[in-house]
Amino acid sequence: MDRLLKFTALALLFMASPLTAQEVPITSYTLDNGLEIVVIEDNRAPTVTHMVWYKVGAADEPPGKSGIAHFLEHLMFKGTKAFPDGTFQQIIEANGGDDNAFASQDFTGYFQHIAVDRLPLMMEMEADRMRGLILDDAAMLTELDVVLEERALRTESDPGSLFTEQRDAALFLNHPYGTPVIGWKHEVEALTLQDALDFYELYYAPNNAILVVAGDVVPAEVLAMAEQFYGPIAPSDGIKPRVRPQEPPQTSARRLVYRDDRVANPYVIRNYLAPNRKSGNQQQAAALTLLADLLGGGGISSLMGRRLQLDEGIALSTGAFYRGQSYDPNSFGVFVVPRPGVTLEEAEARMDATLQFLLENGVEPERLARSKRQLLAAQIYAMDSQRGLAQRYGAALTSGLTIADVQAWPDVLQAVTAEDIQAAAQDLFDIRRSVTGYLTGPEASQ
Amino acid sequence: MKYFTTFILWVFLAGTLSAATKITEVTSPGGITAWFVEEQSIPIVSISLSFQGGTVLDSVEKQGATNLMMGLLEEGAGTLDASAFLEASDDLGTRFRFRAARDSVSITASMLKSDLDKSVALLRLALISPNFDQIAFDRVREQVNSSIRAGVTDPQSVAGMAFNQLVYGDHPYGRDREGTLETVAALTPDDMRIAHQRSMTKDRLVIGVVGAITPEELGLLLDDLLADLPETSIGELTDIAVSTSADITVIDFDTPQSVAIFGTRGLPRDDPDFLTAFVLNHIMGGRVTTARLNVELRQKRGLTYGISSFLLPYRNAATFLGRLSSNNDSMAEAVNLVKSEWAKMAEFGITQEELDIAVRYLTGAYPLRFEGNAEIAGIITGLQIANLPIDYPQTRNDQVRAVTLADMNRVAARIFLPEELLFVVVGQPEGL
Repeated sequence: MDRLLKFTALALLFMASPLTAQEVPITSYTLDNGLEIVVIEDNRAPTVTHMVWYKVGAADEPPGKSGIAHFLEHLMFKGTKAFPDGTFQQIIEANGGDDNAFASQDFTGYFQHIAVDRLPLMMEMEADRMRGLILDDAAMLTELDVVLEERALRTESDPGSLFTEQRDAALFLNHPYGTPVIGWKHEVEALTLQDALDFYELYYAPNNAILVVAGDVVPAEVLAMAEQFYGPIAPSDGIKPRVRPQEPPQTSARRLVYRDDRVANPYVIRNYLAPNRKSGNQQQAAALTLLADLLGGGGISSLMGRRLQLDEGIALSTGAFYRGQSYDPNSFGVFVVPRPGVTLEEAEARMDATLQFLLENGVEPERLARSKRQLLAAQIYAMDSQRGLAQRYGAALTSGLTIADVQAWPDVLQAVTAEDIQAAAQDLFDIRRSVTGYLTGPEASQ
Repeated sequence: MKYFTTFILWVFLAGTLSAATKITEVTSPGGITAWFVEEQSIPIVSISLSFQGGTVLDSVEKQGATNLMMGLLEEGAGTLDASAFLEASDDLGTRFRFRAARDSVSITASMLKSDLDKSVALLRLALISPNFDQIAFDRVREQVNSSIRAGVTDPQSVAGMAFNQLVYGDHPYGRDREGTLETVAALTPDDMRIAHQRSMTKDRLVIGVVGAITPEELGLLLDDLLADLPETSIGELTDIAVSTSADITVIDFDTPQSVAIFGTRGLPRDDPDFLTAFVLNHIMGGRVTTARLNVELRQKRGLTYGISSFLLPYRNAATFLGRLSSNNDSMAEAVNLVKSEWAKMAEFGITQEELDIAVRYLTGAYPLRFEGNAEIAGIITGLQIANLPIDYPQTRNDQVRAVTLADMNRVAARIFLPEELLFVVVGQPEGL
C-alpha cells in the first residue's frame, strides 16, 4: 500500500484524543538546618517510599579516590551507636520493608519502601545515620571485597561496560564524569577507612540533603515528623559550592576500538558532549530530549530505525540517548548494531548519513507531534509509580534543578518546535566534540 | 536500647492489605472471565493476558517458533504493517509487551482511559490478526539470532543452558526458549501461524485487569478484545521427575569472575508443603540481609555481591535453585559454603527465632507488592495460574503465620537434599 494512503486509513481508525499534561500534587519545605523536603501524595495503598538524597556523587570525589562515594553507600549499612551491627536493615526487614541505596555521578540516595505507619521509624533511623555512622577496619575490608565483586559482576564480566568506561574516559578530557561511578579497580582496592570517613563527614549533612516522601501521607504530618527527627541535626559548615573541573574546548575527534572475545554482536557508538538541563533554562535540553526520541527513541519508528533497520536493512538495532539531567554538561549518544555481514565502517557511514539527513531536512511535524503525545502519556503513566515519582524529584534536585523546573518540564517539552530541534542538532553534532567507538568480537571483519 | 522498644511496638501492625486490592471476578456477556481490581484514581487501564502453554510446546525441530511468533505480534497486523502498527500504538500512548516464557505466552497492555476503545481495537489486531509478513519475519528473526549469539558468550546464560540440559535432559524444559541458530534458521512464516493458533486460545487464557473502568465496561472490553480467539488448542506435556546428583560441572570460560547455578528437584506449586518451603527458602536464600547464604558468603566473608535461591515450579517439572557469582580465586570457597549450609539446614533445620523473623518480613512485605496497576494485574493473573482462590490475598498472611517450627523442619529435610545438590560453574574457578 502507498504510504500516504496507509496513513489516511490509519488516521481514521486510530486517531487519538487530545491529552493534557497531568501533575501530581506535591508539597515542599526547607527546615532551618537546610534540609529540603518534598512530599508526594499517593493514597492508593497504605505504603510509603522514604528517600534521602545527598548532593554528592562520584564526580565530587577527590582525585585518586574513585569509587569512594559508592563504597561509602555500602558502608552506610554497617551501623551507628543506636542501631549497631547491621540492625538497620534487620529492623526494616522485620517490619516487612525493603530498602536499598544507589550512587551516581551527581547523587547518592537511600530509600525504604514500607507500610506507611512505619514512617517515623524510618525517619528516626535515616536521621541517625546522617551523622552517626560508626565504622571499623574489619567491616570495611569485608565490604571492600563485596564492592570488588560488584565491579567484577557489573563491569569486568560485561564487555559493553568495560567499553563504556573507556569511552567516557575519552569523552571527558577534564571533567570527573570520565571516571566510572564504581571506581577504577586499582583505586577501589586502595580505598581506606579514613577515605570513607572523610568523605562522609564532609558531605553527609542536612544542608546537603533532600528528603523525599511519597505515599499515603498527609504533608503537614510528614513535615512535623521531619522536624522532629531531622530538625535537631546540625548543618555542616563544610559544604562548598559544587564546582567541578570543566571541559576545555574540545578540538579533536576521538576514535576507540575495543576487542573482546565475549562480544557476539559488534556495534558502533558515538557520544557527543552535550549541554544539560539548567535551572530556569531548559529549552535546549528539551529540544535535545525530543531529538533523541525522534532520532533513535522508538525502535523502527524513529528516524534511524526507519532508515537503517527498515529501508536499508543494514542494522539489527539502533538508538539514541541523551543524558540531560545532570549537574554538569554530559553527553548525547547514537549507536548502530549492524546485521552480520555489514562492517562497522559501513554502519558508521549510514549512521552519519542519517544524522546529515536530519541536519538538512529537520524533523517531520507529524512525528514531532507524536513524540510529544508520548511524553504526555508517559506523564500519566508515571503517576502509577510511587518510587518513580519520588526519584524524579530526588534526582532533579540533586542535579541542580528546582521543583519549579521539574514542574515546568512537561510544558517546556511541549513548546519545542521543529526549528528548535534542528538548531539544537546543529550545535550538537560537531565531530570534534565526540568519541566514536567500535566494540568488536574476536573475528571482527574491520 | 531505644531501637528495641520501637521495634517491638511496630512489629505487630504489619500485614493489612489495602481495601483497594479487593479482587472481583468479572464474566463478559460472551462468557470470558477475568479477575479485576477497579482503580479510578489514575486514568489508565492495565491488562495482563497469560496463555498457558509457552515455548515448551515447540517441537524439537521447531524450537524457537513460539518465541519468534510473540516477537512478531506487534510487527504488523490487519491492514497495518510494522511501522503503521507502531505509529498507531505511539499515537494512542499504549504500552504493549509480548513475552514468551517456558510455560506461558503473555501480553501486558497498559492503555490510557481517554483512548481505551481504540487502544483495545489495536491490541485486538495484534492478538487476532497478526500478519507474519516475510519482511518483518526476516528482520525480527535476525534480532532473535543476535540474542542467541549473545547468550553463547554470556556466562550467566551459558550456565543456565548447561544446567537445564543436565537437569531436564531431552525434555522440552532442557531446551532454550529462543531455540538454536539452526532451528530458528529453518522457521517460516507458516510456522508462526501454527504457533499462534496453538498458543493463543480461550481455553488457555488467564486474565487480570486493573484500572479506571467499571465491571460492566470491562465485560464489553473483554468480548471486543478476545471473542474471536479460537476456543481450544491441543498439545500438553507430561510431568517429568527431576533428578540430580551432587556433582560440580565446570565449563571453562575466560572471565575474571565465575558464575554458578546450583540446585536439586523442588516442589510443585500445588504441593501442600509449598508455602512452608517458600518460607524456608526465604530463610536460606531470600533477598534479605538475614538470609543464611547472604550472611555467610557476603556479610561475613565478602565472597560475592549477590547470592540467592528460589523455588522454580514449572507446570511439569519442579526445581529448587540458587545463583551466585564470585571471583575465580574465591568460587571454590563459595561453593563449599553453599554445600555446608545446605547440609546444615537438612540436618538441623531452623530455629523459632528465624521463623519469627521470616514471618514478620513476609507478612509485612506482602501488601507492598500490591502497588502499581500493571504490577497488580500481573499478581492477580499469577494467582489464577497457581489455582489459588480469589480471596487468597486476604488469607495468605494468616497461612504464613500458621506455619509451625515442626512443619518447617519436616519440610527442610524434604527439600534440602545435599546429597543431590548439583553445581554448574562457568568461568576459571581455582580448585574446582
